[in-house]
Amino acid sequence: MSYHPSMIGLDGLAALIEALSVDGFRVLGPTVRDDAIVYDDIAGVDDLPAGWTDEQDGGRYRLKRRDDSALFGYAVGPHAWKRFLHPPLLRLWRAEPDSAGMKLTAAPEPEERFAFLGVRSCELHAIAIQDKVFLQGPYVDPHYKARREGAFLVAVNCGTAGGTCFCASMNTGPRATAGFDLTLTEFTGEFLVEPGSDAGAALLARLPQRAATEADIERARAVSERTAASMGRHMQADGVHDLLLDNLEHKRWDDVAARCLSCGNCTQVCPTCFCTAVSDVNDLSGATERTRRWDSCFSVDFSYIHGGSVRPSPRSRYRQWMTHKLASWVDQFGTSGCVGCGRCITWCPVGIDITEEVRAIRGG
Amino acid sequence: MVPVPFRIAKVIREIPGVYTWHLKSLDGKPFVYRPGQFNMVYQFGVGEIPVSISGDCREPDTLVHTIRAVGPVTNAMQQLRAGAVVGIRGPFGRPWPIDEVVGSDLIFVTSTIGLAPLRGLIHEVLHRREDFGKVVVCYGTRGIDDIMYEADLHKWRARFDMHVHLTVHSAPSGYRGRVGGVVAAIRAAQVDWPSAQAFVCRSETLTRQAVDTLAGLGVTKDRVWVTLERNMQCAIGLCGHCQIGPTFVCKDGPVYRYDQIEPLYSVREF
Ligand SMILES: Cc1cc2nc3c(=O)[nH]c(=O)nc-3n(C[C@H](O)[C@H](O)[C@H](O)COP(=O)(O)OP(=O)(O)OC[C@H]3O[C@@H](n4cnc5c(N)ncnc54)[C@H](O)[C@@H]3O)c2cc1C
Ligand code: SF4
Ligand code: SF4
Ligand code: FES
Repeated sequence: MSYHPSMIGLDGLAALIEALSVDGFRVLGPTVRDDAIVYDDIAGVDDLPAGWTDEQDGGRYRLKRRDDSALFGYAVGPHAWKRFLHPPLLRLWRAEPDSAGMKLTAAPEPEERFAFLGVRSCELHAIAIQDKVFLQGPYVDPHYKARREGAFLVAVNCGTAGGTCFCASMNTGPRATAGFDLTLTEFTGEFLVEPGSDAGAALLARLPQRAATEADIERARAVSERTAASMGRHMQADGVHDLLLDNLEHKRWDDVAARCLSCGNCTQVCPTCFCTAVSDVNDLSGATERTRRWDSCFSVDFSYIHGGSVRPSPRSRYRQWMTHKLASWVDQFGTSGCVGCGRCITWCPVGIDITEEVRAIRGG
Repeated sequence: MVPVPFRIAKVIREIPGVYTWHLKSLDGKPFVYRPGQFNMVYQFGVGEIPVSISGDCREPDTLVHTIRAVGPVTNAMQQLRAGAVVGIRGPFGRPWPIDEVVGSDLIFVTSTIGLAPLRGLIHEVLHRREDFGKVVVCYGTRGIDDIMYEADLHKWRARFDMHVHLTVHSAPSGYRGRVGGVVAAIRAAQVDWPSAQAFVCRSETLTRQAVDTLAGLGVTKDRVWVTLERNMQCAIGLCGHCQIGPTFVCKDGPVYRYDQIEPLYSVREF
């Protein structure tokens, strides 16, 4: 199938949401809640954050009014799509005593299919990274697989870079290049829609539209270029793998440890962090249920083995986090674990900035 | 991955606080694994822990685990009697590289419970005895009361085609065996050091000490095989707990060639 870009209006966007839900998808997208833009169920265009933008900096996130009514005029918020593909809390199995000893039943795989509306380029890269972790190792995570396989991804090319964004320097954005079914570039009241898959092209064909002109496509390229030029942060990423692994005893680790609260916020908001812990809950009927929840390498217990934790100091835990993101990840999965979304900077209560930490270690 | 129920057929009290289980799957299916691999062992309503498989892999109808009671899960498991049912997930991890060491003299270096992960390998080496050169086991314990697998040790010592250097740290007067550290037992071994392959199963500090001793005798670090222990929750490379730098101990280990992980050993709290 050859893919032709088209232009749609707000009616086209409404039709897109409608078509996805008619096709049986649970449509999820950005919406304003508790003074932040989060990802949740979207019933129609009205649920999108029209006229909102965000102000982001180290340890700072504020919503602000825009002087237009753009629907996607902000950067990423505290949520990442991983909360749907790799849920924060998941039931794994249930064990019940029976005459033979015990009976174990695996939790059923979900039947719902997700459509994500408004996936940013950095997030497409983050999903591709989690695909490597959960689908391409010797073992596959059946829970992730079930959620991921049926998903429909509508990307948005960012029109505004956030104050903590640095995707341009990680080569992960701001323009979506792969891994989506459809991608949108927003102009006032209008969108350029480009299909990235047969499913996307088929869906696009059902929407009210007009053919895109060269000028429309040119305009969309200009949006991405403008955004790339206005990144809030920059990461000097070349050679960072060796830089960090050659400097495991650098004094900067002590410096950052003195500021880090070991709260784990960075790992919770990071779209690629995948670590989990299991716990068993016994109920009154005598059965036990095993659940899995997001865990963080910032907790002391994370590395506990009999006799004590492997990483008892905040210094060693921050070092684990950053060397994993930027160095060991490459050894493990052939890709960086950081997509430059900036969430860890924004949501760090003391504003620790991964780009700044790399700069400091590079500096001497 | 859901645990599969196994019944404890037999409990052997090895030494105080250490017990061995012989397990049979409820569905009667054989449990196929290779020496050096481990299972996640689950006690209903208590918890799940990684445990090496300590049996003879040529007897797949009996799964053998030896466990030391050190905390909540292992203490609760110590209370279980024959007939109780536990859950098993596995086998996981990379086994000992037995085919890579064919033709060489083999030296096993371990102490107290460290024999558990090596026992299956020693059994297999003895099944394939003609594939290897000399076979020496250097086994150290604190005292004469914490010698594990006594029946095996007796059998092994009686064989003409292997040597067992059993050494205890302290012994009552009149004890006629070797007294002292494992290091001295290693030095006493008579193997072809320039080609011997060593298998070391001890704590990380003591592993280093053994590796240094072996290196002094001419066993280069690419001929030393060790195991690592890390917190494990999934055992299938997905939960992140067992990471050390580039490797996941659950899927890339727990067996490693020493020279390939030496840098990880030398960084504190890595
Ligand atoms: C690959 C591997 C093989 C092992 N083989 C054996 C064996 O053959 N026999 C044996 O007795 N022990 C073995 N262990 C160690 C055993 O898993 C721990 O002693 C056990 O987890 C302690 O659990 P606990 O709840 O009784 O004690 P606690 O020390 O209170 O542990 C609490 C929790 O921490 C984790 N934990 C604690 N210690 C360890 C540890 N050393 N390794 C991994 N997780 C740990 C577990 O999740 C445990 O439930 C092995 C460990 C690994 C990683
Ligand atoms: S490490 Fe920080 S910037 Fe990089 S992907 Fe994670 S949250 Fe985003
Ligand atoms: S940075 Fe920490 S929490 Fe995130 S994936 Fe790595 S080890 Fe897990
Ligand atoms: S135990 Fe979960 S990744 Fe190794």
